[in-house]
Amino acid sequence: MPFSAPPPASGERYALSASLDNARHLSSLLRAVHFQDYATCFATASGLRVTVEDAKCIQANAFIQAEIFQEFFVQEESVVFRISLSVLLDCLTIFGTSSLPGTSTALRMCYRGYGYPLMLFLEEGGVVTVCKINTQEPEELLDFDFCSTKVVNKIILQSEGLREAFAELDMTSEVLQITMSPDKPYFRLSTFGNAGSAHLDYPRDSDLMEAFHCNQTQTNRYKISLLKPSTKALALSCKVSIRTDAQGFLSLQYMIRNEDGQICFVEYYCCPDENITEAEL
Amino acid sequence: LSRIGDELYLEPTESGLSLRAVNSSRSAFASFLFAPLFFQLYEPGSAGPDTELFRCKVHMKSFLGVFRSLPSLEKSVGKCLILLKPRASRLVLQLHCKHGVTKTHNLAFQECERLQAVFDTQRCASRLCAPARVLAEAVVHFPPTLAEVTLGTGPGGKISLRNYVEDEAEPSKTMVTELWLAEDEFQSAAVAPGSHITFCLKEFRGLLSFAEASNLPLTIHFDEPGRPVVFTLDDTVLEVHLVLATLSDLKSNSRSPSTNGVSHLPAPSDDFADDLESYMAAMETSEGGSGGPPSPTFPLRTSRPAESDPEEEEEEEEEGEGAVPGTPPHKKFRSLFFGSVMTPGRPGPATTQEVLAEDSDGEC
Repeated sequence: MPFSAPPPASGERYALSASLDNARHLSSLLRAVHFQDYATCFATASGLRVTVEDAKCIQANAFIQAEIFQEFFVQEESVVFRISLSVLLDCLTIFGTSSLPGTSTALRMCYRGYGYPLMLFLEEGGVVTVCKINTQEPEELLDFDFCSTKVVNKIILQSEGLREAFAELDMTSEVLQITMSPDKPYFRLSTFGNAGSAHLDYPRDSDLMEAFHCNQTQTNRYKISLLKPSTKALALSCKVSIRTDAQGFLSLQYMIRNEDGQICFVEYYCCPDENITEAEL
Repeated sequence: LSRIGDELYLEPTESGLSLRAVNSSRSAFASFLFAPLFFQLYEPGSAGPDTELFRCKVHMKSFLGVFRSLPSLEKSVGKCLILLKPRASRLVLQLHCKHGVTKTHNLAFQECERLQAVFDTQRCASRLCAPARVLAEAVVHFPPTLAEVTLGTGPGGKISLRNYVEDEAEPSKTMVTELWLAEDEFQSAAVAPGSHITFCLKEFRGLLSFAEASNLPLTIHFDEPGRPVVFTLDDTVLEVHLVLATLSDLKSNSRSPSTNGVSHLPAPSDDFADDLESYMAAMETSEGGSGGPPSPTFPLRTSRPAESDPEEEEEEEEEGEGAVPGTPPHKKFRSLFFGSVMTPGRPGPATTQEVLAEDSDGEC
């Protein structure tokens, strides 16, 4: 059961306060974007967004809507801070990561505002842990400016079809090449590793394909090391939407259903690799 | 096959697709021959009057990488297409999976010589045949790290298995495990009494797991110490051979230098493999019985495939120089292919060379 933290002295309200019956609803999503130590947290009335970036080429966002929380309150228009995602995850899973049926960790999160640490109150089986994590000045984030009007190609696939493929990607290849086309091979993932090249083809009439809207043949390459972390999000998700725009920017959106059947989203944006060489077939 | 060597040799023949491997010290050789009936479709290509059917070798790891995670493969893959494209220098492995998904792997290969160990099961004095389970249950008593094991025949037709202990080992620090199997555990046993052979267990374990999984009886053909032991599995669509060198008895192992300055039985080293690489070629298994004594010189066929790329030839030789040792070569195990190293420049072995296995009569 969630419990209330004592209100701050002098009657001030917290800039952000939220409570969640099952901390796993938050921790599993955060793990799906945990490929860097630090993340930027945005809280608005609609919910919480956690952003992680790397190499100025890739950005991942985890969205947890306000409806997922039992209580969710944001004082100002929006609250932003930078925080160590590694430490945050360690605290959220302080009672262990194995999920025994019937047990869950309850969470209350409080943030007084700029300069204050993020307070976490975690409770499981009557044991309470209090964590204070220092926050930092938020840094400027990339704006991929990826909107639905600029999308050239879009497909929606059932995640089960891609999970194994992503887990087994040939990591000796520097790039992952994605081909999307109204003609064969329709949707193709290619790697060029030490053993040779490998191609994974999904036909447009596959029963894994939920939606297929490809207008133009596009082949783009992305650094495989940047995309590999998205495998975690893929593993959690039931569906994934793959979109590219005219410049070859990639948007991967994962629909994740949590233990209570609620829907959350994780998205990855990636720039195409600039060292374009002739594709090996 | 990956327990034997780092490279997989693919040789399509009229009688089926042969997959082979050899270890770096040339003391273990295995071949799996899949008959055309094993496949839904089998087209070995056509050999011209002067050319042979194309064959190649690929890195074992690259090939195995295509077939990762066997349990999920069984569930998701409908069929597998294997294409050899000499002109593109690619071995194409295409898996047709469920949901219409196709996985295509284009593996780089190297052209290679025909890989064939010389052995003749007809000339083996002893033969044992047992269900794989019996042997697996016997072998489980030995530690997984055990290198060599001795198989022997004892009184009352019993068969013994004993771990091999080096002479230099300290008696107080070694543990000896010995087990005996009664003759009736075997499906058939025709053994020369008092015979024994010592071979590398590690290389045998791979075949044993395969035999157990496919529920096939295993036949062991052996002879005197020093002559190779041959393990075979037979099925309507599959023929498997594993040939392992065996330890020769110290008493008969002469280390004295021979005449003509040709070196005699040195310990196999990396250099040994190099020289072998340049002489290693097909040992034609000649048709018709060769009942007489072994011929002192045996034919060497060093022909290379007609469209051989000069670049690839170089690669082949370089590759020999940089041979990565597989199974650590045991000093006393000899090569299955030649009795000893040749000094450079000499076209063939001298008559004083001892040969492990002479020309077979094409039975295997």
